[in-house]
Amino acid sequence: MYVAIGIALLVVGSILFHLFSPWWMTPIASNWGSIDTALEVTLYICAIAFIVLNLFMAWAIWRYRHRPGNVAHYEPENAKLEKRLTLWTGVGIAAMLAPGLIAWHEYVTVPDDAAIVEATGQQWQWAFRYPGPDGVLGAAEVAHINADNPFGIDPRDPYGRDDILIETNELHLPLGRPVKMVLRSKDVLHDFYVPQFRAKMDLVPGIVTYFWMTPTVAGSFDILCAELCGVGHHQMRGTVVVEQQADFDRWLAEQMTFGQVLAEAEARGVRLADAAPAARPSGRAAH
Amino acid sequence: MATIADDLTPLHHPKTWIGKYVWSQDHKVIAIQYAVTAVSVGILALVLSFLMRLQLGFPGEFQFIQPDNYLQFVTMHGMIMVVYLLTALLLGGFGNYLIPLMVGARDMVFPFVNMLSYWVYLLSVIVLVASLFVPGGPTGGGWTLYPPQTILEGTPGASWGIIMMMASLAIFIVAFTMGGLNYVTTVLQARTRGMTLMRMPCSVWGIFVASIMGLLAFPALFVAAVMTILDSVAGTSFFVPTIISMGEQTGHEGGSPILFQHLFWFFGHPEVYIVALPAFGIVSDLISVHARKNIFGYRMMVWAIVIIGALSFFVWAHHMYVSGMNPYFGFFFATSTLIIAIPTAIKVYNWLLTLYRGDIHLSVPMLFAIAFLFTFIHGGLSGLFLGNVSVDVPLSDTFFVIGHFHMVMGVSPILVIFGAIYHWYPKITGRMWNNTLARAHFWITFLGAYAIFLPMHYIGMLGVPRRYYALGETMFIPDSVHYANMGITIAAGFVFAAQFLFFTNMIWSLFRGPKADPNPWGAASLEWHTPDTPPAHGNWGDKLPTVYRWAYDYSVPGAPRDFVPQNEPPPAAGPGDVKP
Amino acid sequence: MSLVSRLAEKSWETPGASPAVGGSDRPPAAKVVLVLYFGVAAVLFGLVTSAYLMRMGMPGMGHGEMGGWRPLAEPPLLWANTITLFLASFAWEAARISARRGRQAGIWAFSAGLLGIIFLIGQLMLWRELVAAGHGLRDDPAAAFFYLITALHGVHVLGGLYFWARALLGLGAGPGVALRIQLTATYWHFLLFVWLVMLGLFVAT
Repeated sequence: MYVAIGIALLVVGSILFHLFSPWWMTPIASNWGSIDTALEVTLYICAIAFIVLNLFMAWAIWRYRHRPGNVAHYEPENAKLEKRLTLWTGVGIAAMLAPGLIAWHEYVTVPDDAAIVEATGQQWQWAFRYPGPDGVLGAAEVAHINADNPFGIDPRDPYGRDDILIETNELHLPLGRPVKMVLRSKDVLHDFYVPQFRAKMDLVPGIVTYFWMTPTVAGSFDILCAELCGVGHHQMRGTVVVEQQADFDRWLAEQMTFGQVLAEAEARGVRLADAAPAARPSGRAAH
Repeated sequence: MATIADDLTPLHHPKTWIGKYVWSQDHKVIAIQYAVTAVSVGILALVLSFLMRLQLGFPGEFQFIQPDNYLQFVTMHGMIMVVYLLTALLLGGFGNYLIPLMVGARDMVFPFVNMLSYWVYLLSVIVLVASLFVPGGPTGGGWTLYPPQTILEGTPGASWGIIMMMASLAIFIVAFTMGGLNYVTTVLQARTRGMTLMRMPCSVWGIFVASIMGLLAFPALFVAAVMTILDSVAGTSFFVPTIISMGEQTGHEGGSPILFQHLFWFFGHPEVYIVALPAFGIVSDLISVHARKNIFGYRMMVWAIVIIGALSFFVWAHHMYVSGMNPYFGFFFATSTLIIAIPTAIKVYNWLLTLYRGDIHLSVPMLFAIAFLFTFIHGGLSGLFLGNVSVDVPLSDTFFVIGHFHMVMGVSPILVIFGAIYHWYPKITGRMWNNTLARAHFWITFLGAYAIFLPMHYIGMLGVPRRYYALGETMFIPDSVHYANMGITIAAGFVFAAQFLFFTNMIWSLFRGPKADPNPWGAASLEWHTPDTPPAHGNWGDKLPTVYRWAYDYSVPGAPRDFVPQNEPPPAAGPGDVKP
Repeated sequence: MSLVSRLAEKSWETPGASPAVGGSDRPPAAKVVLVLYFGVAAVLFGLVTSAYLMRMGMPGMGHGEMGGWRPLAEPPLLWANTITLFLASFAWEAARISARRGRQAGIWAFSAGLLGIIFLIGQLMLWRELVAAGHGLRDDPAAAFFYLITALHGVHVLGGLYFWARALLGLGAGPGVALRIQLTATYWHFLLFVWLVMLGLFVAT
């Protein structure tokens, strides 16, 4: 008896909680409205199922609770009803899956005009690299990393010379331009996560992963690590600043290139191209 | 070779107390040993979860919880709950107790191997608990134990802890394999006269299919564990590529971290159903008995269990949508994952339709079954978000995931376990528990658990990541989240405390509870019709029972009572007419 | 009755005993358990095989090209050991046929086990040879897999030797012997089968 009321109240309470709780998705700041749409479709279908099933249960418990003289109905199965329920469940599932798969197709199809930006993770900080005027990131791998070459860029790769290196935790992106985030890790798994962008992807040592998005709102947002990466996981923070193209270009022009780093090192008598091990054909960063 | 033996001679009858209760080969004693060990280590996991909650609810207030401790609590809590509590309790505990009694066997087919299974399990638990005391403490790599993190300096327990954990898991798998082979063979070989496959109660079906799944899924974890140990100790490069740890290259080259994830989830996803299917089966029986109605659509229920079991081997990579694996896999795994929702939904419908037009006795086991339905519907539906590949992208690794999997494979199966313990306690001990305490335990646990995990879904929607020692300063997390965390911790405190009502009730009733009726619920299935309560060694006295009907003859029109025991001959034919 | 028709039974419609179920037509439990275990072992070795292929850099898995992979060396001892295991299986088959026909199976069973021991010793020598040739655990991922797989297989061979010892001890013990030898022989055939598949993997890659 009480449990029937309790279930009904929990359903009502859950709806009220949904309507009045202050916690919901952050305002979106990227092109991934399709993900939000798929999420909302899923939510509404699931909410209907949740309300109908639980209220039916509460009603059945109340209506068929044991009282003197109450006898249960004997019905081993009802193939017709079960088939009908299966069918309608299938329809609901398909209605959820379709927008999900469509959004995923978009997610895995990087536009040709996307700018390339690389994020590198290590315990417990972020670093970023832009391809420079040639639009191509120089090959990089962990084996090349040393004190003068923290990104592990192959010093002999001509594409690497104009790469722009950002060793602070601050990433800048131009507003309204698709960007392919290329991800590398130096040590363990990390995950590049900006809640407002919706998109995220793991950084996996040994391989290069990616995702793409278009920032649609100017402002600064938190970058978090969303894959457990050790005791400092919760402190692995960064900031992404989305700004107008002109501001972005101005900022980018102030940053160091790998060519400058090489020149500085050479001025101190360190020739990175000689110090680094020979580049192997395997494990090269994707261009 | 006939495996149905009426005579008791093949059973090993011990004379001494130690032989009866310690080195016992009786499936019922082994079941209790399994259950007590699992629950004991489960209490440890419960305490760890509460310590985690203290840190999240009141960050910085508890100085003894540092980031490394916090991650160790997270890891050990998860691993213990999933493997050492739920799997061991549902299969080693309930499987052991119920299978022979429900199919009408004297014992497991291989009682000695069954005993060995328990002792090897105990060894795995000892190794696990010992890892709390080794230098560096237990591993803090999260229960998923992803390399390279778990074997590097930046993670607690990277030297000793991870090796102990992997060794303990490997030992557990050996124990489980011995037990699982036994459960499956017993169901196949030792059913009594007349016990056809489709006359078995749903509990046996759930445990049976889960055992087969365990046998086929655990090898993946075994391989992953051995390879991780080799990567850590012998310097091989199965999972670890060229990386830099603490400013130096580790000497590994070319390994694949994603390979580990594939192996882990090839075990890990079926594992979810290894826990869920026995719970599905048991809850079907609880609902049916206490609603005085046959389980609706029995055949569909059995088929759904089999189909879910089979499909669950084709969905593992839905845990890896943002892992960096080939993104095109997402299409396949999202589809297979959402397809598995169909047989699961059918099970829910049939449970509800069993209640519909029933004669519902709101006894404590039924209350837990109803609570299970509520939490399982909630958790099952939130799983559709995470299975639906693109929707998973913003939600993965947030509190939404924590809310979802706790609802669906934490709270739900544990509610079933509580219901099942209350249900079978009179049979196991011969005594009845205290109703008031049991009801108090129910209400606090059910409402408290919902209060803990419902808000987590919403905090996750907001984007709060999981496995964070402290949220720190961000631009998107409002202060209200800190109050939510505080509230959740307080709710967790109540749920934590309520479990003492349960333990008190169980232990007190064991000695002081009133003597129980041999069949207090009026159940039809075979385990309630043993000659002795609690059943003696050998279960069935001189002669094995003969089964004449399915396990769900409740409220049959024309029958004198509202249930007909499985071993009651049909009225037309007396027992003498049926040849065994 | 086929499995499908058994699973389609409307059991509520048929009260009354089914004498066919629970009769002596069931296969021996030991046989069932053996077949089940073959399933477990098949998954175990199947997973190691797929791990091997993935680690090699199977295209399409999104792993990129993993570095440091060299094909495995194939010393002659590898083939000698394979032949030994073949002979062991052959001897078990002879023992099984003798036992079934009620003849003395002891000498065949005994030599089969000895061949198994020789196989294990041969595998250990192979390990030493590979390590000496610079294919240590650390040096070479293919070799690391080779050690892992041969160790897993070797543990299964040790299990086979345990059953061999039990079969030998129970030789004079009446009607169960033929079954015991039959099952042990089946297990050894399975070991040979697994080994041949693994060998195929090493040689083909």
